[in-house]
Amino acid sequence: MTTPDHTILKIEVIDEIAIIRINNPGEKVNTLNETFLNEIESSMEFVNKAPEVKGAVFISTKENCFMAGADVKILQDADTIEKGEEIPRRGQRAFQSIEDCKKPVVAAIHGVCLGGGVEMALGCHYLIATDHPKTVLACPEILLGLFPAGGAPQRLPPRVGIQKALDLMLTGRNIRSKQAKKIGMIDQVVSHWGLQETSMSVCKKLISGELEHKNKTSSTAEKLLEGNPAGRAILFNQARAMIKKKTRGLYPAPFALINAVETGINKGKPAGYEREIKEFGVLTQSTQAKSLISLFFGNTNLKKNSRGKPEKKDSTLAVIGAGQMGAGIGLVSLLKGKEVILKDVNNEGLGRGKKVIWDELNRRCKKRAINSFERDRLMAKLGAQTDLKQFDRVDFVIEAVFEDIDLKHKVIAQLEEVCAEDCIIATNTSAIPIAEVASKAARPENIVGMHYFSPVNKMPLLEVIGHEKNSEQAIARAVQMGLDQGKTVIVVKDSPGFYTTRVLAALMDESILLLQEGIDFKKLDNLMKDFGFPVGPVTLFDEVGIDTAAHISDFLSQRIGSKLRNVKDPILNKLSEKGLYGRKSKKGFFLYEDRPTGLASKMFKPKGKEINPEALEIIQQYSLKNSSTCTDNEIIQMRLAYRFINEALRCMDEGVLLSPVDGDIGAVLGLGFPPMLGGPFHYIDSIGHAHFKKNMAMLEDKFGERFEVSPILNDHLERGKLFHPEVDEGA
Amino acid sequence: MQQVKEVAVIDGVRTPFIRSNGAFENLASHDLGRLATQGLLKKSGIARDLIEQVVMGTVISDPKAPNMAREVLLGNSLPPVASAFTVSMACISSNIAVGLAFDQMSLSRYKVAISGGAETLSDFPIRHSKKIRKALIKLQKAKGPVDYLNEVKKLSIKDLIPDVPSVTEFSTGLTMGASCERLAKRIGVTREEADQFSLSSHQRASQAWEAGEYEGEVCSISLAPEFKTIERDNGPRGDSSLESMAKLSTSFDRNFGQITAANSSFLSDGGAAVLLMEKEYAAEQGFLAKAIIKDYITAGTEPLDDLLLGPSLAITKLLEKNHLCIKDIGVWEIHEAFASQMVANLKVMDSKTLSKNIFNIDAIGEIPMDQLNIFGGSLALGHPFGATGARLVMTAASRLAKSGSRYSVVSGCAAGGHGLAMLLENPNM
Repeated sequence: MTTPDHTILKIEVIDEIAIIRINNPGEKVNTLNETFLNEIESSMEFVNKAPEVKGAVFISTKENCFMAGADVKILQDADTIEKGEEIPRRGQRAFQSIEDCKKPVVAAIHGVCLGGGVEMALGCHYLIATDHPKTVLACPEILLGLFPAGGAPQRLPPRVGIQKALDLMLTGRNIRSKQAKKIGMIDQVVSHWGLQETSMSVCKKLISGELEHKNKTSSTAEKLLEGNPAGRAILFNQARAMIKKKTRGLYPAPFALINAVETGINKGKPAGYEREIKEFGVLTQSTQAKSLISLFFGNTNLKKNSRGKPEKKDSTLAVIGAGQMGAGIGLVSLLKGKEVILKDVNNEGLGRGKKVIWDELNRRCKKRAINSFERDRLMAKLGAQTDLKQFDRVDFVIEAVFEDIDLKHKVIAQLEEVCAEDCIIATNTSAIPIAEVASKAARPENIVGMHYFSPVNKMPLLEVIGHEKNSEQAIARAVQMGLDQGKTVIVVKDSPGFYTTRVLAALMDESILLLQEGIDFKKLDNLMKDFGFPVGPVTLFDEVGIDTAAHISDFLSQRIGSKLRNVKDPILNKLSEKGLYGRKSKKGFFLYEDRPTGLASKMFKPKGKEINPEALEIIQQYSLKNSSTCTDNEIIQMRLAYRFINEALRCMDEGVLLSPVDGDIGAVLGLGFPPMLGGPFHYIDSIGHAHFKKNMAMLEDKFGERFEVSPILNDHLERGKLFHPEVDEGA
Repeated sequence: MQQVKEVAVIDGVRTPFIRSNGAFENLASHDLGRLATQGLLKKSGIARDLIEQVVMGTVISDPKAPNMAREVLLGNSLPPVASAFTVSMACISSNIAVGLAFDQMSLSRYKVAISGGAETLSDFPIRHSKKIRKALIKLQKAKGPVDYLNEVKKLSIKDLIPDVPSVTEFSTGLTMGASCERLAKRIGVTREEADQFSLSSHQRASQAWEAGEYEGEVCSISLAPEFKTIERDNGPRGDSSLESMAKLSTSFDRNFGQITAANSSFLSDGGAAVLLMEKEYAAEQGFLAKAIIKDYITAGTEPLDDLLLGPSLAITKLLEKNHLCIKDIGVWEIHEAFASQMVANLKVMDSKTLSKNIFNIDAIGEIPMDQLNIFGGSLALGHPFGATGARLVMTAASRLAKSGSRYSVVSGCAAGGHGLAMLLENPNM
């Protein structure tokens, strides 16, 4: 029989086995689309009908990519529930055709296998995956406000058990082949060398009956909980309770997933598949999914260098200042293959910096993400020195010294003396304008701003700040350095507080006012968490450091003036004078205790944070209780969120931000703006600009001119413009 | 600049290679080195006081005799004024030992040397755990029972678990067998090819023994207290067949592997020594050279994927440097770690695409099987790590002297990702 004429799934029959090679023509990665799904079905039809074919193997011809999942653009095009339902229905049918194939079908997975890729593989009768470091499996749909609805909720639980299946699909986390084999998600781990031959030999053994897929036997604990209806009911209830606690009910997708799994288990697979379709259809139209998908596209775009690939490759990086920030920058650079030199004033400082890096590498080593040899090899690429010897061979320097303009001038002058002429000197600052930092530099064109977020290895954002005298190459190299370090990079215009610090300052300013009005610390935190922020503003002060916040607040209130309150904030300064810095000094707005270790940690559960009476006393000294006490929760949330959003609009208006995408990504990744709202610009697009303006007018009327709406909005309203034209207003 | 001297291989002797935990199980590496050297002194008839240097290779250093070569020298009553040093480069330790002696002699550091290596794999150092070791060292300084108790108190039963030397590659954590499985799949070596290669090695070794090819090269050993004579290697199994080999299960990759006990070299104990002399001095003293060492080269390879491909890179570079091609070489001796590794190396050297893709070098072509390891190799004879390289040199030299060929190449691969290739020339051509 002749093989079908396909564009993506090319079939070759070797030794009675149909080798189905996955290759989206002209693309770097394989993605699932309509043609792909059609060709899965016709491939299976061929395998079933061709008498000379006894089995089949799915294998990719792409380097390090089995399949990257469904094409996300398809989701954007589905603008009704019905169209949304069509997506999983179509996928389920194709994957079912694999499962229904009368001859054994093997999935030979090498490289990334995500979302629809996992679901397609689960349709196969036997899964093998390579032990290559690039091979990872994941069901990341949940991160887009959706869930895997192409059959995974039905096919995964029998393989790995309900709890592990829920964990994989609820977190979307990556899983390596060895771990996947251990939990039963795949059947074998093999070498990537000779994968086709290995998969053929597996297929032959399946044909002869020498080999067959066996679901992993579950542990006794699993059997007790998952093996009977009562246990399962407890399990699903607990899962829902946990999700509710973690997400504060702001995200519908996790519940949809649990429903789909539960339906399948209690009422059988067909009912489960149908539930997947219904739940998925509704989710495609949710604001959460639309916001998260918009962020996904924004983030994907920002993973490319917007300034083009720089001419020079920067492989040696020096970091001045080995504090938490400097060490963090060193760490992410080391992990991505850079050679790093830490510089500090003395060996004690260097030692602390090295310890920060070693602790993280060692943690990865204990988790077996790297081996101890790899850890030592990375440490060997880390230099540490108290002088500037050999700095002439450094490509790129990032200074992360204290935020003091005179100190920064001094450091830059020293660096310019020893560094090569084309060496980039980046200054890590959260507020000081770069033009001022560069004002005394001999080569201001090479001085750029790089605003990292702490802890550097966890926070995905980098804000790059260019100033007027910069060369285009300098900015391109700074962006590339951030991308190399694995960051999402936004480029903003030079101005006090740039983008992120400025909008955060607005929110913090309003928080202090609310505290002065007498709102409880914990209540304020909880209200913002209910709105979708990961931490409340009071806790955030403690985490950032109250002294730092006071410093920035003073600086910005002088520079930005009336937009923030035009007075030096007395409260933050007072707290910081008393040594209440927050977590780092173990007391701020809240009190912090050392976490008990060893046996003690098991015996005593940590109590919730306690309010620091000292801080409360200071707040009460500056009480504004009599002016305008605010008790309406929604108004409180609105005051905080709207100050934040309005400041973002001002940044857009003043040209600090170059695009609303940068604004959305910056707010979500850098400041924890609720992802399910898609960022400030996406959010006001979706609630309507007129609606936002009306609320702002109401707030201005009640609480004063700091709620004066940014002029850009009036302009937009006049012209009926949206920040993200593809978003339907009012959706 | 002083003139570079030519260095000749005069003779070589080794002990029989005996499967580990057999007849040699009570011998240390320096014992095996001493026995081989004793055999060499006897066979060559060289006066002890002519020996100026001993250079030995070994992999697992014996903590009691870390400079094993010195114990070999003293143990054979060689002149104490002569000196000795020991080198380690995994399975090519004695190749590099010969290489270094050659380097020093060509610079006139000395005129006569014994070089070689020895290994026991019956008895390797198994240590106490780190905690016990730390405690034992501190206890040496303990003053009185209180100190003693304080140290002992820190230990738990778990610490009594001994620290057995790892068989895995230090940097990658993979066993050599697992690395070889990856290599076989990558190059496309089949189980049949591997078994066939191994079978041939066993048959050749058995035939060589029958034909007396190893006479003189292997000294007979008899050990106290029974003094039973051990004359032959006990590895070669000339009577095995492809059918019986195919039945064996695989050792490293149960499901998709090809490496079995029958197509891998096995742990053995043994020692080997060769006599090196400055060529002109040898003639003056009336010694006949079997071969002249012309050159050697070492090459490093990436330890994860190219671990066992050292010979391909080293041999290609050696030939290129000396402007030779495969046809110029008549005698090949290459260490057989695994049959699959041998077949893979032969394929890489013969394939333009593989040579280009892996090492960015030009393929040298096909090494004729009737010139390669014709008296069997490590697969049949066994592989006492430190002794194998010297065995290859002495067999190559003997074969070269008997053959009408001008050149011989000796090569091997080593843990860590290394290859070494040495060029020998027939003095009579």
